[in-house]
Amino acid sequence: MTPSTSATTPTQEDISAEIQDLQGAYRAARGAGGAAALQPDADFPPYRSSILRHPTKDPYHVDPETIELYSPAFGHRDVAEVEADLTIQRDGEPLGQRMVVSGQVLDGDGHPVRHQLVEIWQANSAGRYPHKRDQHPAPLDPNFTGTGRCITDENGVYRFLTIKPGAYPWRNHRNAWRPAHIHFSVFGSAFTQRIVTQMYFPEDPLFPLDPIFQSILDPMARERLVGQYDHSLSSPEWALGYRWNIVLTGSQRTWTEPEGDHA
Amino acid sequence: MSESAGAPESIQAPFIQTPEQTIGPFYGYSLPYQGGSQLVDRSAPGALRLHGMVFDGAGQGIPDAMVEIWQADDKGAIPREPGSIGRDGYTFTGFGRTPTDAVGNYQFTTVEPAGVDGGLPFFAAVVFARGLMHKLHTRIYVPEAADNGTDSLLSAVAPERRSSLIAVREADGSLRHDIHLQGEKETVFLAY
Repeated sequence: MTPSTSATTPTQEDISAEIQDLQGAYRAARGAGGAAALQPDADFPPYRSSILRHPTKDPYHVDPETIELYSPAFGHRDVAEVEADLTIQRDGEPLGQRMVVSGQVLDGDGHPVRHQLVEIWQANSAGRYPHKRDQHPAPLDPNFTGTGRCITDENGVYRFLTIKPGAYPWRNHRNAWRPAHIHFSVFGSAFTQRIVTQMYFPEDPLFPLDPIFQSILDPMARERLVGQYDHSLSSPEWALGYRWNIVLTGSQRTWTEPEGDHA
Repeated sequence: MSESAGAPESIQAPFIQTPEQTIGPFYGYSLPYQGGSQLVDRSAPGALRLHGMVFDGAGQGIPDAMVEIWQADDKGAIPREPGSIGRDGYTFTGFGRTPTDAVGNYQFTTVEPAGVDGGLPFFAAVVFARGLMHKLHTRIYVPEAADNGTDSLLSAVAPERRSSLIAVREADGSLRHDIHLQGEKETVFLAY
């Protein structure tokens, strides 16, 4: 089971066969009236690191109370506006395709999540993270740290300027490659709405091979992680635009119109 | 699809939740921040150490987990002030974040929460890790009041698993609380 032990390292074919078995079982269950799997399966052995790290007992359903109905507040004391621009963090320009990524953070009732923190991290254009654990021989970019933050606006909109990330290899199995993606960390208006997820790019040929993406068994649910090219977000002679909206669970606290000095 | 998305009035119902994905191995240079685990200074009056380990199903510490806490203050008020990232050293914001260390330990310096609206005092906590597909919510109850039979969650949980929700008071006053993602001692996790 240990991916680093060469004698037992599975191939892509092994992993793909496991994925197909699990998805076949899901389709059969769906056909028999089972519920749609809108979240990743907690127990998804093709992603080998998940085997010892997922709960095996059912969670307790509770009504959120007191502190859980609220979220920590973040503001411009926490995050400077320039932190949303990942292309100006060093002296020079990072290499790669410049890209705007923007969208709305909404709760499950469709209300915008205003003035909340969105954090991203990503590989550089060559598929390398500036992390000591990423040692694969792709070049680091001295002008790209791949990390950014912003606070959503009045309409729950976030916007980052960055570089399109490359795909990168990992050691889940032999010749394993993650589709290009940007990691997102998002807060809602209640702590129960907190999520961490990943945004992908349209029509990536690595999608069917990737056990992390495929851990979401429902194909429509997987599509919700794919940002869409949006020409209205592109800037002439500057950057391509991708739009990706993020929907959290419903807020169980009564939603109120924002206070403040705007009419 | 793309041309209609974006403006608030154009979003189509129903609003189906965006799936989660694992935090992966590389968040360490991005999400943790200076002072993330220090909700108050160690020298502040009432400063409390909340610490423990995050374990996998084989009983090994997880060195690449991240723990966040969110809590009321020592008077039972829910903090509404920003400043958890840009801490000013005086305002209690109630939020902390820390990665586990090389053997799976986490620790926060904070104050002991008081109960809110007559409820039992607890820390709301959320755990992320490489290999973990989605977040795990739990509560860390302050031990002294926790077994008085008034809390609906603690009353609902089987007695043999209840201790996974209650911190242990150590001799020096610290609170110790281990989190087990899997196995015999698996922590009670919450769905809302």
